[in-house]
Amino acid sequence: MAVKNKSEETIQSRSLAQETWRRLLKNKGAVFGMCFLVLLVIVALLSGFLYDYDTQIIQMNMSEALQPPSAAHWFGTDSLGRDIFARVLYGARYSLLIGVGSVTIGLIVGVTLGAIAGFYGGVVDQVIMRCVDVFYSIPNIMIAVVVVSLLGTSTINLLIALCFTCATSFCRIARAAVMTIRDQEYVESAYAMGLPTWKIILKHIIPNCLSPIIVQVTLLIGTTIIAASSLSFLGIGVPSPAPEWGAMLSDGRQHMRDAAYLCVIPGLAIMMTVLALNLLGDGLRDALDPKMKK
Amino acid sequence: MIRYIIKRLLLMIPAILATSLIIFVAMNMTGGDPVDSLAPENATEEQIEEIREELGLNDPLLVRYIKYMGGMLHGDLGVSYVTKKDVFATFAERLPATLKLACSSVFVATLVALPLGIYTAIHQNTWKDTGGMIFALFGVSMPNFWLGLMLILFFSLGLGWFPSGGYGGLRNLILPAVTVGLGFAALITRTTRSAMLDVVRQDYMTTARAKGVPEKKVIFGHGLKNALIPIITVIGMQLSNALTGSVLAETVFSWPGVGRLIVDSISKRDTPMVTGSIIMCCILVCIVNVAVDLIYAFFDPRIKAQYAKKG
Repeated sequence: MAVKNKSEETIQSRSLAQETWRRLLKNKGAVFGMCFLVLLVIVALLSGFLYDYDTQIIQMNMSEALQPPSAAHWFGTDSLGRDIFARVLYGARYSLLIGVGSVTIGLIVGVTLGAIAGFYGGVVDQVIMRCVDVFYSIPNIMIAVVVVSLLGTSTINLLIALCFTCATSFCRIARAAVMTIRDQEYVESAYAMGLPTWKIILKHIIPNCLSPIIVQVTLLIGTTIIAASSLSFLGIGVPSPAPEWGAMLSDGRQHMRDAAYLCVIPGLAIMMTVLALNLLGDGLRDALDPKMKK
Repeated sequence: MIRYIIKRLLLMIPAILATSLIIFVAMNMTGGDPVDSLAPENATEEQIEEIREELGLNDPLLVRYIKYMGGMLHGDLGVSYVTKKDVFATFAERLPATLKLACSSVFVATLVALPLGIYTAIHQNTWKDTGGMIFALFGVSMPNFWLGLMLILFFSLGLGWFPSGGYGGLRNLILPAVTVGLGFAALITRTTRSAMLDVVRQDYMTTARAKGVPEKKVIFGHGLKNALIPIITVIGMQLSNALTGSVLAETVFSWPGVGRLIVDSISKRDTPMVTGSIIMCCILVCIVNVAVDLIYAFFDPRIKAQYAKKG
């Protein structure tokens, strides 16, 4: 009996976060994704100390232009003689900043609107969701292009342009999640206790629909990184000479015949980052909701 | 059924109105005066004012929008500020290229994804399943403009099998279609696998097997037919995306499609061209959505009965 009580206590003492973490660690793909992302964040933070932006990242050095990968330049140099390795490491900053920044703004705006729509229903729901539908019917890239041309090209404006797409996604997910739990007994009892509506939404409803939102965060950061590099590739993203991966690909395109590595390496950097985020997202989904694992 | 189709087509109107209003307002808020690009270099104040009056730029924004939408009802989407050509004619000129790329890319995607999704579902939790899912994961994670560049590098510059860009016959179409299609294939594979997994455990599948129905017929006749609805949904979504969002593949392969037209017009602040083209794209997407709804009815008699009831 004593043993049984002890084992029950052990099971009960593990919180949802601990249980999720335990399940996540069992997923090899998610662990790879997590390790890669931790490394990327460290690299992005350290690149500012390792390289001087003005002299090593953007300064031209024509005597060393278009050198293939070697011991001196691990990933070679571009048409202006800049070291690709340094630029790729430094470029992680832009991708992570835009990815995380856009998703964070989108998360705050989208979850708030989605929670309001799902909680109140009726006219409020109709108005908010029809606006979301309109944004859904316009291709993401077109919205971003219109916003960037409205505000001008800069990293911050790109970040704002991309947060629209994130907000609409979060809004739909949050609304669906809130609608499923707004009629639960604990919400009713919170009402009966006289708690204000905003407190009920913030303290009782949103924490209970976090799982799909957390999964969407990781997946959307990946999508946003691809969208940001796409816009830079089109020449309307992060302005030159910043070492954004999409912009580097666009520059490298002109030298595809003689220096293919200029196109290969930045693309690999984008793909590996997004792959790591997708692996983590899939792992989180399985860990947060084991029933979903098929 | 026909009443349902008419109802769905009428529901397109508010979506088009809202989209056009957003684009119209956003484009008119962008910096720069269109008259700057239209007026001759040494234009006098009077000449500039005349152009403004002619284009209706002195009217309030809402009046201009209403006039614009009124023109649209008569098939008049305005005239480009930059090329001075009719917007509808320019859009119609670019549309065949976009339709060609969109349909062929969705065809490539379906050709790859449908068998792969079914195969991975049947072999769930084996190395075959893992392999298929890794392919799908790479497909989702790869920027498609980069895939396009890699295909050019290998098949065009390396092997010389296909041209590296330009609009033309089948040889010009293959690389852009594969570029756009493989990205879509990843999503369709995931959806197909997931939908098939939902179906393969159903009792009617076991019953069919117990009756001695051949395995192929069980999978395709009983399984796939019931798993088709989410698969058709995602294929329809990809077709909508391809109609409007293939701008990157169009840029990489110098493909003269609608996406490229819109992005170029946005950067030149060509308001009539942008607004007209996006409204036309919106109409195309709505038509695809209605078509997808009708295909549901074709594959699922239960949905057909529902439509008949609603209609």
